[in-house]
Amino acid sequence: MNVGLGHYLVVSALLFALGLFGVIARRNLLVIYMSLELMLNAANLALVAFSRFTNNLDGQILVFFVITVAAAEVSVGLALIVALYRKRRSAHVEDLTAMKL
Amino acid sequence: MQDILFYIFAYLALQFGFLVVANPFSRNPVTSAMFLVLTIASLAGLFVLLHAFFLAAVQVLVYAGAVMVLFLFVIMLLDLRAEERERLRTFEVVAGLISAGAILFIFLATLVHSPPGIQQSPTAEGGTIALGRLLFSHYLLPFEIVSVLLLVAMVGVVLLSKKNLK
Repeated sequence: MNVGLGHYLVVSALLFALGLFGVIARRNLLVIYMSLELMLNAANLALVAFSRFTNNLDGQILVFFVITVAAAEVSVGLALIVALYRKRRSAHVEDLTAMKL
Repeated sequence: MQDILFYIFAYLALQFGFLVVANPFSRNPVTSAMFLVLTIASLAGLFVLLHAFFLAAVQVLVYAGAVMVLFLFVIMLLDLRAEERERLRTFEVVAGLISAGAILFIFLATLVHSPPGIQQSPTAEGGTIALGRLLFSHYLLPFEIVSVLLLVAMVGVVLLSKKNLK
């Protein structure tokens, strides 16, 4: 059976679901961030597959921008985590209860 | 040949992705980061199979190179001894499984109900020349705006990392 667009989309959907599971089930901020990266990568895979199978390079340009924005997001997010760790000595979501009623 | 490579890379990406989020042997964030590097490398392999050569190179250079080194630096800055004892709790695992299963169901149902049509043979080649030509003609403005975004992120990170944040 020939590998087509559908196969790539299934792989991308599975990766996205894995990332979502990680975001909800894990409680370490860094691992949650890594799961977010996994979800971004799944979206990238779907975009590249669409771009390949519709003969349109615009999808790959979008992936290029997603990678750039993800790099900016990671740098700001990790700086926030480090600043938080300096204040709270913890990188655990359960210890961040400042907004709890 | 290409089909076999697709299955190999897809299996590796999913297997390593599973080990990132739910490694049964280790809760150490460093292990997760290492498996994320392997996931990204497998995805770069899939990009090559999709003839997106430039993006495969960027994926390895930017993600596996720069972003993951940043992750590892931060993991080493934060002393995370307690994490190794962390165990997944039943309630959170169930909540995660339900939401991940729900979104997976939505994706697959969409795919089944509106399958991609019969494709003519794909010819899009994501080489550096084609992408660069598109990026510097049609997408010139977004490209410049992204450079401003990176500058803003850099200034923000420098401000956030100051010792006594006011």
